[in-house]
Parts: sequence; structure tokens; C-alpha cells
Amino acid sequence: MKPMSAKPFSRVESRYFYALVAAGALVVAVGLLAAHFMEEHGHIVTGMNNQIVWGIPHVFAIFMIVAASGVLNVASIGSVFGKTMYKARAPLSGLLSIALLAGGLSVLMLDLGRPDRIMVAATHLNPTSVFAWNVLLYNGLFALVAIYLWTMMEKRMNPWSKPAGLAVFAWRFILTTGTGMIFAFLVARQAYGSALLPPMFIVMSFAWGLAVFHVVQSAMYAWNSKTLDTEILKRLKNLLGLFVIASLYMVATYHLTNLYFAKQTGFEHFILRDGGVYPLLFWAGYVVLGSLLPLLLIFHPSLGKTKCVVAASLLVILGSFAFLYAFIIGGQAYPLSTFPGYEVSSSFGDGQIASYTPSLPEFLLGLGGIGIAFLITIIGTRALSTLPQDIPDRRK
Amino acid sequence: MSEVNLDRRQFLGKTSVGLAGLAIAPGMMLYDFAHGRAAGEEASGKVRWGMLIDTNQCQEGCNDCVTACNKENGLSGGTSPTDAQWMRKVELKDMRSGRTTSLPVMCQHCAEPPCVDVCPTAASFKRADGIVLVDKHLCIGCRYCMMACPYKARSFVHEPLHDQKPDVPRGKGTVESCTLCVHRVDKGQQPACVEACTKADHKAILFGNLNDPESDISKRIRSVASTQLRADMGLDPGIHYQGI
Repeated sequence: MKPMSAKPFSRVESRYFYALVAAGALVVAVGLLAAHFMEEHGHIVTGMNNQIVWGIPHVFAIFMIVAASGVLNVASIGSVFGKTMYKARAPLSGLLSIALLAGGLSVLMLDLGRPDRIMVAATHLNPTSVFAWNVLLYNGLFALVAIYLWTMMEKRMNPWSKPAGLAVFAWRFILTTGTGMIFAFLVARQAYGSALLPPMFIVMSFAWGLAVFHVVQSAMYAWNSKTLDTEILKRLKNLLGLFVIASLYMVATYHLTNLYFAKQTGFEHFILRDGGVYPLLFWAGYVVLGSLLPLLLIFHPSLGKTKCVVAASLLVILGSFAFLYAFIIGGQAYPLSTFPGYEVSSSFGDGQIASYTPSLPEFLLGLGGIGIAFLITIIGTRALSTLPQDIPDRRK
Repeated sequence: MSEVNLDRRQFLGKTSVGLAGLAIAPGMMLYDFAHGRAAGEEASGKVRWGMLIDTNQCQEGCNDCVTACNKENGLSGGTSPTDAQWMRKVELKDMRSGRTTSLPVMCQHCAEPPCVDVCPTAASFKRADGIVLVDKHLCIGCRYCMMACPYKARSFVHEPLHDQKPDVPRGKGTVESCTLCVHRVDKGQQPACVEACTKADHKAILFGNLNDPESDISKRIRSVASTQLRADMGLDPGIHYQGI
């Protein structure tokens, strides 16, 4: 996997590299400081409360964990389905998966009320908890992807890369199912508790992961003064378009089934029409900016060039944050139906829409997670030479 | 001779069994009446603690149970969205008839508690006698139990704590909820809210052993119509309500 056309790291490249590492490290440091501040003072310094118990850190974390699984799609198509063009991208895909997962899990961990007890989470596993299953699934993915990268990069191990790729392929499906189940298993919340959520998360992971891959690959090519072959660009962008449409389909099905159940219509009206910031984020953020506009940029005959695809990918990522904000925070803001048929009020927010304003520390913590993913990608790319190299005649 | 000896042995055997029974009985009686539990003795599955809340007796505007709960457990009594509220008064208005009802809501001590199912570290647990608790040493503060609870019964400690009650351990960054005043119940006393309601002469909360068919609570549940909150979910809460 040695870079063929890229020159050995010149001094200029080195300077860029260290500048990027410094920028990433700064973001991580600020995130860690924010986490320390939260631990010192308690969650009172965040916008989270007893009604909205998961906030903006979870939006960041779940985006990264879901994208970590989806970004492996590129590797899977290469290793499992034997497409050479994707195979050349498998190492980058694996590296990005590890980077995103590390970023996402760091945010989740540092947002805990007692992050110092992380060893308790590793040593006391409750077999009925999907969170506990996920602890195993996340660690398993790290290990499997690391082995997979090894089989691809170490010549002697190359014959094992297909079975390793297959194992990663299966594992990440189970992993994203597990992430969806965190919400699917919530019996009492109108927004969640649907068996549609795990497959919906899997399909969304394809789109979000590929969008991240596009952005990173384009940046790497631009910094190395390389251009992506138009045929490859066309394939990757069409795939992204397909995943965006499939995600829209899953999200539409989820909302339509909810709308059909009389007991759920109150919640649907809230999240799709009356809930203020949540419908705005859903429609303007996820549907228009995060799905329809990217589709236009990808499929319009006069568009679809590199810049359009990068813009489309960035919009898909933006849309995913808008979707998750409405899904996670909007889902909690709507009151629980503890007394169906009654108007309810209390000092504890019963029957009322809960309010949430993210604070700076929790936002910086989330951003710190992105910083961790960025740093791992930058250093990993340099150390492992994961820049995709296409051999023109073996592109198919 | 030998027959006489045998009779004597049988007599001694029977009397010693009887004497032993007499010796144990007061302990058993004490256990039955006061529901106390000796130090070191495990909670028993023969007991299922529960409550019957008569909403017809519960007075709108009366907050005595909540105040007693806060005092007993060392809670601030604040009602901001970040303050812990183990128990709160909920006002209901029937959307069809307009009938209003007032009732306290706290941890419902489910037989099938979702909080226990989802807790990654098994910090949320159900005691053999049905009381659902949080082990403050195992809770990592992930708040998944708060997402899972259908009754919004749990609070997260958002700030550092001061002047805690020795009987009621709490901790910043962990989740907590009504313990059914387990420290009192184990001593054979009633939960603080029950005592306060009785003192106010409302007698809206009846506490007792749901597993004992002869307990007052079991008899009442047999004779009056009562329900559990969101009974459709099949979680079998230990808190029953009358009049809704």
C-alpha cells in the first residue's frame, strides 16, 4: 500500500501535517477542558436536565458512532464483493471507522455523570442491557477493524483480508442494530420504541459514513494535488445519492406508521409541525438541506462534479446533525404519556414540552470528539499511507 | 423398661420441637407485624412492598408527602428542571368530563422495571422484596434508566451535594429515585410520605406487603377498584392507585 505517485513527505507537506495535527490537538484539548469543567461542576453547567437527559454531546456521539459503521461500506464493497476500485479505498475506510468510533465513544464516555467509573462499565456488564452489549460491540469493532487493516497492509496476511472483511461486514451490521436498539428498546417514549429504528439507523449509517468518506478523500486528494478519476467519482456519488434516498424512505416510513396510530399523532404533530425548532430542523435541516439539495447536486446533469459532491457530502453531514437533534432532543422534549386521556401538570414537567438550550461546554465536548476523529485520521493517514491509489486499468 | 424409655424419648422430642416453636414464634410474629428486618438478614421474596394511593382522599394543594420525602431524604425541595424530585404531586384533568384529580407520583417499583433492564452496569436493581434501587457505587451516570422509565421517576444529581443524610447516600453524577424509604422500612417503619399523609389525616396512602393476602393493602386491593399507571405496559408496578 505504498503511495505510488505521491512524493515522499516533503518539507512543505510536513509543515502542513504538523499544522493540521496542532489544529486537531487544540480542538481535542478544548474538548477535554470542557469535559473537565463539566465533571468539576456537574451537569448543571450543561443545558441538560431531568427532562432532557441526553443533549448535544449525544448528537455528536451518535453521529460519529453511526458514521463509523457506515464508512466501512467502502471497505465491505471492496473486500466482500471484490470491487477493485473500492478495495483501494478499504484502508482509508477502516482508518476512518476507528477514528470516528474513538471520537464518538470519547464523547459518550466524557459526558457520563461519573466518567471516572469507566472501569465499572467494563467490568460490571448487565446482560439485559443493550448499552452493555454495545460496550462489547464497540470494542469488538475496534479489534476487528484493526485486524482487517493489518491483513490488508501486511503482505503475508493478504489472503486473510477477505474473511476479515467479511467479519467486519457482519459485525458492523450488528453494531448499528445495537445503536438503533438503544432507542428501539425504550418502551414508554413516543419517539422511540419502534422496531424500524435499527434498520433505519443502518441505512442512515451508509449515507453518513459515505459522506464523511467523500469529504476526507476529497481533502486528501486536494492536499496532495491529486484529482479523483471522474469514473470513480461518478460511482461514489451515485452510491451516496442512493443511500440518501434510502434514508429518506426509512424516515418517511417511520413517521407515516406513527402518524397512522392515533396515540402517536400528538407526538408526530409536535415533531413535524408544532414543535418549533424540531420541525424546522427536520424539514429545513434534514429533508431540504440534508437530503433534497444533496440529491440535486449529485444527480443534476450539469452538476455532480467534485466540488458539488463535496458540497453534497457536507450537506448530508449537516442534515444528519439536524436529524439527530430533532430525533434525540425533540423525542425527549415531548412529554411522556403517563396518564392517557388526561391533561397533566406538576412541578416536574409532567404534560409539558421540556426545553433545552445547549451550553458551550457540552458543545465543545462534542466538537472535541470530532477533533479526536480528525487527529486519528491525520496521523493514521500519514503513518499507514491510506491515501487511495488507483491503478488506472484495474479500476472496475 | 425399653418401652418406657422410648415413650420418654418421644415425649422429650415432641416437647423440644414445641418449645423451639414457641421460642421462634414471637420472632416470626414480630416479623409479620412490624415487617422489620434484622441487620444482615437478606430481603425476602415472600414480601412485596407496595402502596395503594386513594386519589379520592388525596387533597389538591396538599404537598405534605412531598415535603416529608424531601426532608427524610435530604433533598433541597427545589423544583427547577435540574433539581431532584423523588416524589411530586400531579394534577390531572379528565379531557372528556373535566373531573380533576390530585395524586403523588414517584418510582412505581415495578416487578418488571425497565430501568433495571437497560442499566449497563446493573447499578439499577430490584431487591427481593420488590424495592427498586440504584447502587450509588456502580452508577456511571449514563441516564439510560431515565430514558427508559415510563413514569419519569428518576432524577440525576446535577450539582455537588452537601449535608447528606447518613441513611440516604446520594452522589453527584449519579441517578436516584424514591427508595420507598428502604432505610425506614427495614427498621419496621412506614415510608415518610405515608406517615405524613396519615398525620395530615388524609390517609390517602396505604403501605404494606402485597404478597400477604391478609395484609390491609391486599384486602383493600381485593375489595376496591384500583389500577396501576400504564398497566398496559405490563410492568406490574408495586404502587396502585384508587379513583383514577
